[in-house]
Amino acid sequence: MSEAALLTIDRAERVFGGGRTIFGMPKPAVHAVQDISLEVRKGETLGVVGESGCGKSTLARLIVGLDRPTGGSITLDGRDIAADAGNDPRALAKKVQYVFQDPVSSLNPRKTVRTILTAPLVHLIGLGKKDQERRLEELMEAVNLAPEFLDRYPHEISGGQAQRIGIARALAADPEVIVLDEPVSALDVSVQAQVLNILDGLKSRFGLTYVFISHDLSVVESVSDRVAVMYFGRIAEIGPAREVFANPRHPYTHLLLQSAPAPGRKSLVPEDANTELPDPYNPPPGCAFFARCPNATHKCKESHPPLEAKSGEATHLAACYHPHGGEEE
Amino acid sequence: MTEAAVSSAPKARTTARRPDSIRLLLNNSLATGGFIVLVAVALVALAAPFLPLADPDVTAPANRLMPPFSPDHFLGTDALGRDILSRIVWGTRVSLAVGLSATVIAAFFGSLIGLVAGYAAGRVDSVLMRGIDMIMAFPYILLALAIVAVLGPGLLNALYAIAVVNIPFFARNIRGITLGLSRREFVDAARLSGKSNVQILFIEVLPNVLPVIIITMSTTIGWMILETAGLSFLGLGAQPPQADLGSMLGEGRKILFTAPHVSVVPGLMILVLVMSINLFGDGVRDVLDPRLKSGVLTRPVARTTIDRKEAPSGLKPRGDAVLDVQDLRTEFHLGGTVYKAAGGVDLHLAQGECLGVVGESGSGKSVSAMSIMGLVPSPPGRIVGGAAFLGDEDLFSLSDERIRQLRGADVSHVFQDPLSTLHPLFTIGDQLTEAILAHRRITRSQARKIAEDLLKLVRIPNPAERLKVYPHELSGGMRQRICIAMALANDAKVMIADEPTTALDVTVQAQILSLMNTLRHERNAAILFITHDFGVVSAICDRVAVMYAGKVVETGTTEEILNSPAHPYTAKLIDCVPVLGEPERRLDAIEGRPPMVNNLPQGCAFADRCPKAQADCRAAPISVTEIAEGRSVRCLHPVKEGEHV
Repeated sequence: MSEAALLTIDRAERVFGGGRTIFGMPKPAVHAVQDISLEVRKGETLGVVGESGCGKSTLARLIVGLDRPTGGSITLDGRDIAADAGNDPRALAKKVQYVFQDPVSSLNPRKTVRTILTAPLVHLIGLGKKDQERRLEELMEAVNLAPEFLDRYPHEISGGQAQRIGIARALAADPEVIVLDEPVSALDVSVQAQVLNILDGLKSRFGLTYVFISHDLSVVESVSDRVAVMYFGRIAEIGPAREVFANPRHPYTHLLLQSAPAPGRKSLVPEDANTELPDPYNPPPGCAFFARCPNATHKCKESHPPLEAKSGEATHLAACYHPHGGEEE
Repeated sequence: MTEAAVSSAPKARTTARRPDSIRLLLNNSLATGGFIVLVAVALVALAAPFLPLADPDVTAPANRLMPPFSPDHFLGTDALGRDILSRIVWGTRVSLAVGLSATVIAAFFGSLIGLVAGYAAGRVDSVLMRGIDMIMAFPYILLALAIVAVLGPGLLNALYAIAVVNIPFFARNIRGITLGLSRREFVDAARLSGKSNVQILFIEVLPNVLPVIIITMSTTIGWMILETAGLSFLGLGAQPPQADLGSMLGEGRKILFTAPHVSVVPGLMILVLVMSINLFGDGVRDVLDPRLKSGVLTRPVARTTIDRKEAPSGLKPRGDAVLDVQDLRTEFHLGGTVYKAAGGVDLHLAQGECLGVVGESGSGKSVSAMSIMGLVPSPPGRIVGGAAFLGDEDLFSLSDERIRQLRGADVSHVFQDPLSTLHPLFTIGDQLTEAILAHRRITRSQARKIAEDLLKLVRIPNPAERLKVYPHELSGGMRQRICIAMALANDAKVMIADEPTTALDVTVQAQILSLMNTLRHERNAAILFITHDFGVVSAICDRVAVMYAGKVVETGTTEEILNSPAHPYTAKLIDCVPVLGEPERRLDAIEGRPPMVNNLPQGCAFADRCPKAQADCRAAPISVTEIAEGRSVRCLHPVKEGEHV
């Protein structure tokens, strides 16, 4: 990669459950995220798409230090995030921030917007009273809200406005990276566009780096520079957004794109209803997409395909032995 | 990129607020009564030193056991000749003080334990809660006795005993609430704002737990007074000569048959006191508990109230429609405010047709659909106008029994969340056969056979086996198939599907959509498909009705609407959705927000956000104009073809 990476994820893994009971029986374990390696460069937007249960939200929580990986490492500017989250969570929160999916439940119902937005100013950057006022005004201006909203309670504002407050809170301490976990999926389409436009404006204005997580392919396509497609806790395909969407290599990406409804698209191409989803407690040894894949062979069942460049472009990787649109091996 | 609009300054916050807590409390006459009695008793008890009362502890053996209403002794005297009225007032003072302070102590320590246990979870939680369990393992009176036995009798020790005994009650309640709150997103958000655990617990979580603490206190305090009285009755609380309601009762017990008033008077006092506290406490709980506040106590009736001002004599069913909704008006009456959720909705469905109803949240699309079969909860909802014709029958003038027959038979529903639609404790087979047997006179085994065929119909592999499973054993897509099977169980003419694929993943959504599309052709059923997604509309709908602020603003075929929208709102709505395969498309956000349906403008509801709005748009209600066959728009200045708004 040409530029140095700001955020590096190296073989990150998060297992829930596991261990043994007091009688020595193994407890069931779920690999929410496994063997994920990727880099995010400064100033880019990395989109992460996948269906429910694919581990995208777990990945997001790992990046902001709300959860710790059980294996591998995540580093920001060369500093280990898991270690920072334990020793100096404030230093980490100054650099990485998070925007939640549900705008209303991420705001404390008993606090005014002012109190909510002041918290990071006080605890993260230790601003004095006077600077706080000035910064609050800046933040409200940045997310296009009238300053009157500062004295309202969360139940007195709409979902779109609440999400803008969530974004303002994430911006407050001037972070480098913002992880956006489904930031617009709880919003109406007209409000969704407002929020997406605000996010776009803020990115160029403050030189932010986004990790944008969504299940909505069209939203991810419209905001991302690069895209990672996740399936069953692993990356199925990663590459420049335009490449991945125009020329998907992993059959799963292809299926997703085929299934997505779009205005004007008359019929969707559904897959056979008989397909079985993999059991997270009993993961298949090979490719997790095996049972649903039209190209599957015996080899796919045996071993997990590595994430490799498939289409000649070094930046476009897919974890598949028999990629869509041309056999490789 | 265009800048999104600066949201306008909040308007005066006078409209449509929920009635405040005190007003709600005063509406409850029992609670108000309890409150008045309690205040009166407390005032008298507080004023005891200033009232012209005899000394409660001075004995006068000459005047012993005087009956009530004697001169100088209004309530008589006890075995030692002490004035009972005076002792009651002073005794109430003691009982109230002990009950209150015991409650405060128990609430403080119990809540603290609960907060810490719930927030810390894991090992800390286990240790604390097992400690609490140990306290709870003793019968409470035994524990209180043991504590008093160790500390020695006395009012203060009884107070400690009662407080300790009641700590678990608070700890468990508060822990449960805290556990839920600590996993909420705002706690994560506070952590990312740099707050420490202690700050999060006491600044973020505690204010949200506080109402529960107050509710628990208000319901415990009466109980605490009873327990104090109990201990004093046993001679372990207040020591003679100090007056306390329990000890007075205990002293009177020995002479219950010769001089009943000595024990009856304090007994009645305890009854009045505890009763008033409990009534007031219940009132406080009803007001503060968010679940009760949101209307769980008002049980909705089985069918929406129909309250049409005038008989819709002018409305006649159109010949070609299976379902014809005309001028439907549904309102919600909440605390004196009227929300016109559906303000004159016209929809019609031909046989085998799929009509998409598109709109943003609050546009009235779900309310309109739910009104058809009277599924809008009443109170607060009511249908105030219009008609819905199913064939020739006006659904709003039918009997409840006829509606029950039609529900799930001629008209069926598919909802957004299949997990909450299916009953978790019955198997798929039981629920399907029940749906069939509710409408047909056949045997259970025949119904079972039909259920199996239905599963086959919705492409569920191995149907005979699947009939035996419970909803939680199926994936989301499978559950939605079951719901569709259930909707088709009685050969529905019309299927009302409210966002049936919104909760599903895209690959599953594609399967469900193509399934619904195939089935409606096979069964010749009409579908009223409610959605917010134009992509979904293109995949399944023949025609589209776009709703805004409780009215249909545009109808037409799917192609017409998508390719050449006539209403500016439709045009803007299509423009602000990102489209797959067009990442460079400019997202054109709609400025502002939809108007509240309790405060609709006189003219066009979209005028404030519309780039084409003119003076005449705001002057009067806009009527629907037909611009082509089967194509109508509620706009004075519709978008022309090729024009950009």
